[in-house]
Amino acid sequence: MKRFLGFVIKEFYHIFRDYRTLLILFLLPAIQLLLFGYVITNEIKDARIAILDQSKDEVTRRISEKVLSSGYFILDKNLSSSSEIEQVFRKGNVQLVLVFAPDFAKNLDKTGNARVQIIGDASDPNTANILVNYIQGILSNYLVSLNAEKIPMQITPEVRMMYNGQMKGVYMFVPGLMAMLLMLISALMTSLSITREKELGTMELLLVSPLKPFQIIIGKVFPYVFLAFIDACIIIIIGNTVFGVPVVGNVALLLFESFLYICMALSLGILISTITSSQQIAMMLSLVALMLPTILLSGFIFPVENMPVALQWFCRLMPPKYFITIIKSIMLKGNGFSYIVFETAIMAGFTAFFILLSIKKFKVRLA
Amino acid sequence: MYKPEAENIIIVKDLVKKFGSFVANDHLSFEVKKGEIFGFLGANGAGKTTAIKILCGLSYPTSGHLMVGGFDIYREREKIKRNIGYMSQKFSLYDDLTVFENIRFYAGIYGLRRNVIEERSRDLMEKLDMKDARDKLIRDIPLGWKQKMAFSVAIIHNPKIVFLDEPTGGVDPVTRRQFWDMIFEASHEGITVFVTTHYMDEAEYCDRVSIMVDGKIAALDTPEKLKKDYGAGSMNEVFLKLARVKVN
Repeated sequence: MKRFLGFVIKEFYHIFRDYRTLLILFLLPAIQLLLFGYVITNEIKDARIAILDQSKDEVTRRISEKVLSSGYFILDKNLSSSSEIEQVFRKGNVQLVLVFAPDFAKNLDKTGNARVQIIGDASDPNTANILVNYIQGILSNYLVSLNAEKIPMQITPEVRMMYNGQMKGVYMFVPGLMAMLLMLISALMTSLSITREKELGTMELLLVSPLKPFQIIIGKVFPYVFLAFIDACIIIIIGNTVFGVPVVGNVALLLFESFLYICMALSLGILISTITSSQQIAMMLSLVALMLPTILLSGFIFPVENMPVALQWFCRLMPPKYFITIIKSIMLKGNGFSYIVFETAIMAGFTAFFILLSIKKFKVRLA
Repeated sequence: MYKPEAENIIIVKDLVKKFGSFVANDHLSFEVKKGEIFGFLGANGAGKTTAIKILCGLSYPTSGHLMVGGFDIYREREKIKRNIGYMSQKFSLYDDLTVFENIRFYAGIYGLRRNVIEERSRDLMEKLDMKDARDKLIRDIPLGWKQKMAFSVAIIHNPKIVFLDEPTGGVDPVTRRQFWDMIFEASHEGITVFVTTHYMDEAEYCDRVSIMVDGKIAALDTPEKLKKDYGAGSMNEVFLKLARVKVN
């Protein structure tokens, strides 16, 4: 035990004397979270639009007013001819152009059918889509208010978004970032610190000593369990205090699941370090093989349900996917353990699998 | 000191190590006597490092019977580990730890008590004339000091045998000479020294040397006897003659 303690202390010296490691450990989570929380939002405010009103009557004026007072749009320019449309898009000043056909009010009154064209800038497809949807919403609202007197029947949808009433993007980023950063710290840092000992040749010395291989490995990863755990807490606390992301469920359960995920990522880091002997390769493997799938294929940013079926199956092999499901379930829905038994079991399975594989690889290398 | 009547501290019989179809160690057999400085010579790639790794328990032999310090290398690895020290050609110390922290760490993994560690590191600093460097980071001390440190650390737990794998690579001749003084001293204190090198002048310092060529032991005896047998003026000539036999 005393030997083990000495080992862990040495490992902490390595970490605290390397300011780059420290930066990655403690500054990165905070910065990433603030970046994701503030910069990358799906909510759109003050999009600049242009309006080409070829009718200029009471109805088009009222619709324009509604659009501009919605809070989503700011009028950049009133266009006078359709030739200007292409021009304003090219300049990139506006993200959307609204075109009212001539005799708008007259047609609406006589035939019950008036035409309005919504032109979006699809060089940014997501934003264009959202903006077009906003405008359509405003138009159909207006239509309903027009018809209110005429039609006695109406269907009034009452929408309520469960668990994230204001549809805040940060609710999605906090779990995703936790999955990503814990993976980064646990897998990348451990694989680097183990391969570093190999490069230095100190690993040989340790293996010649009376320390058992599993003691060496546990001694090396133990500090990272501790530090990753602190990071998990930092993310939860910043998410909660700065962005108001709640922890509805049991905090102890949340921490337990984070611990399990950290162990899974560490065992992956150990596996990486058993198959490589240089820090550079370990770094490439961790970044390419772990970070990209964590970001792209875990449902963190892109919903898994929208992917091609083959890719969906591939996503099921990504451990972070299950962790994200688990934390969303605990943090936002307040679910108990019985709801996440399946995901927990899968993560435990992954952990066991990686550890067994590492032991096997380790033995092959020693033989 | 080589004494033919001393007990065998390392016994190797028919050691074979294969990597696929490549035979790195081809039926090696030899004994090392307690307290001697045993030189394990050979060109790069002759199979020296492979053999030393097997003796240290870093790698398993394909076949053969091996005893180290009186223990069987298949069944009593843990006991062997407590009784050997190892120093590699990389002078494996932690760059970002201080001199004292390195000593404390390595002594600690051999289970030495805190007061013993303090005492030994104090003696060590004094002996190496490094008292002022106690709290310097390893990366800030000269290579020669690192090498001496690495050796001192390898024998800090008073092992029966110390294995040195190319311990003098990359240092200047004066430092190499000083380093051998440390080896002699350790040998005087009763530690058996098993050293690989490809500097033939160092072979002269050994009590006995074995010369490996292509995975086999081509010659094994005291330097004087080998020089006489091969009609050579120096160990370098002995080595060249052996290597030439192999080429022809």
